[in-house]
Amino acid sequence: MTEIQQKNISILTAITAIGQGFATTFKHLFRKPITEQYPEEKRELPARSRARIVLTRDPDGRERCVACYLCSAVCPVSCISMQSAEKPDGRRYAAWFRINFGRCIYCGLCEEACPTSAIQLTPDFENCRRDILTLVYEKEDLQVDHGGKDAAYNFYEYAGVATDEGPKGSHEKESPPVNVRSNMP
Amino acid sequence: MTLWISGYILLLVKFGLVLGCLLFLAAYLVWAERKLLARLQIRYGPNRAGKFGLLQPIADAVKMITKEDIIPAEADQSIFLLAPTVVAATALLMFAVVPFGESLAIMGQRIPLVITDLNVGLLFIFALSSLGVYGVALGGWASNSKYSLLGGIRGAAQMISYELALGLSLVPVVMLAGSFSLVDIVNAQSGYPYILVQPVSFAVFFISAMAESKRIPFDLPEAENELGAGYHTEYSGMRFGLFFIGEYVHIQVLGALTAVFFLGGWHGPFLPPFVWLLVKMIFIALVMIWIRGTLPRLRYDQLMALGWKVLVPVSLVNIIVTGAVILMVG
Ligand code: SF4
Ligand code: SF4
Repeated sequence: MTEIQQKNISILTAITAIGQGFATTFKHLFRKPITEQYPEEKRELPARSRARIVLTRDPDGRERCVACYLCSAVCPVSCISMQSAEKPDGRRYAAWFRINFGRCIYCGLCEEACPTSAIQLTPDFENCRRDILTLVYEKEDLQVDHGGKDAAYNFYEYAGVATDEGPKGSHEKESPPVNVRSNMP
Repeated sequence: MTLWISGYILLLVKFGLVLGCLLFLAAYLVWAERKLLARLQIRYGPNRAGKFGLLQPIADAVKMITKEDIIPAEADQSIFLLAPTVVAATALLMFAVVPFGESLAIMGQRIPLVITDLNVGLLFIFALSSLGVYGVALGGWASNSKYSLLGGIRGAAQMISYELALGLSLVPVVMLAGSFSLVDIVNAQSGYPYILVQPVSFAVFFISAMAESKRIPFDLPEAENELGAGYHTEYSGMRFGLFFIGEYVHIQVLGALTAVFFLGGWHGPFLPPFVWLLVKMIFIALVMIWIRGTLPRLRYDQLMALGWKVLVPVSLVNIIVTGAVILMVG
């Protein structure tokens, strides 16, 4: 092929390519738009979408959070704060628990760090406020009365901590404690 | 004396009408562009303000006017303030020579349906479009920002290059019509529109006109992904609005000029002349929106190569061929 013929072919392909482009956009003109009309049309979000945070309860309806501070430590923007306390039965709990949603970036790290599945993110993302101070949520605002995504999990059944649930050694997958004062096997 | 006064009043009335129509159309052209562009991309476009988003231009206008007019501290104040007006004014003034109908006869007086029938109308248009470059270049320079400056320089280079092709592409039209006056050019097309005899000229004119108005695929002066917003990066509020109005009035002017030079202006069957001009203008504007929705932006070297190596030579050859044909036929 001579150079001129090659050039002619490349011009031809260029023109057909442009023509195809125009045809494509023209065809789109008669298609139904795929936009979701948001406030009217709300899509069901996946259960693991990350938005407003809740504190869940175990299957018996007791608070799951043991105030271990792990979520607060892992939070990249330090928006979780709490004060731990202990009940007479040996269970730890948060005396107060506060999340400042004005700072939260909904990264989900707190949920990943939590050993008790207490703190969980929910798909409810519509939380805009005029007053930023109303975005500071206290424990009462955060607590819900269900187990969230991990409904069956009960931390104290596995924890190895003596509570009213039973002494040490009585938990699931736990062997009785070793008597350190004896050498007997 | 009375004749003089009535002529004056008439001029003002025409002025007001054309200006009102142009600005109104500019506002709704923005709406049409957003809507059509959205449909080309399978979206809805504005649909919140009023039915089909028809009140969107009004909402935009209110927003623009009430926004703060920010002048950068390091900007060259007076030039910065003046540049947007240059862009808008030159675009609006171009419409002064576009005829939108045959002359009317009211109360024995002949009223030409054009603001002013300059015998060098075409040169007037070129002069104004060259002046428009100043708005872009000075606006970019006066902002004292790198992005704006680069945008302004690109704008100047692009518009000067394509002005040449624009001018040359219209020489055959002038040769055919034998006049620089837009009224005469339209009258010369009463039989057939020039697009039939000058398709090459039409193509060159249309491409360079799009480049003149800085539309995609020729929007290098405001290339968003490289320059922020190019020459109007630093502008806000109604001054930005003026750039915007200038751009959309320019689209209408180009539509009108394309109609005048190649599509027979206001000539057309059945409908009144004014409506025909409007229909042609809007049709051209819609085609430009379609082009915007389809083509990607050119690279800078491609832009220059297209202007200097393709459009200018093609229009020069076209002039020679047209001249030869006119010589042989006439
Ligand atoms: S989602 Fe991220 S930012 Fe928000 S509270 Fe949890 S760890 Fe902190
Ligand atoms: S929510 Fe989870 S991680 Fe945070 S303090 Fe309570 S138990 Fe620990």
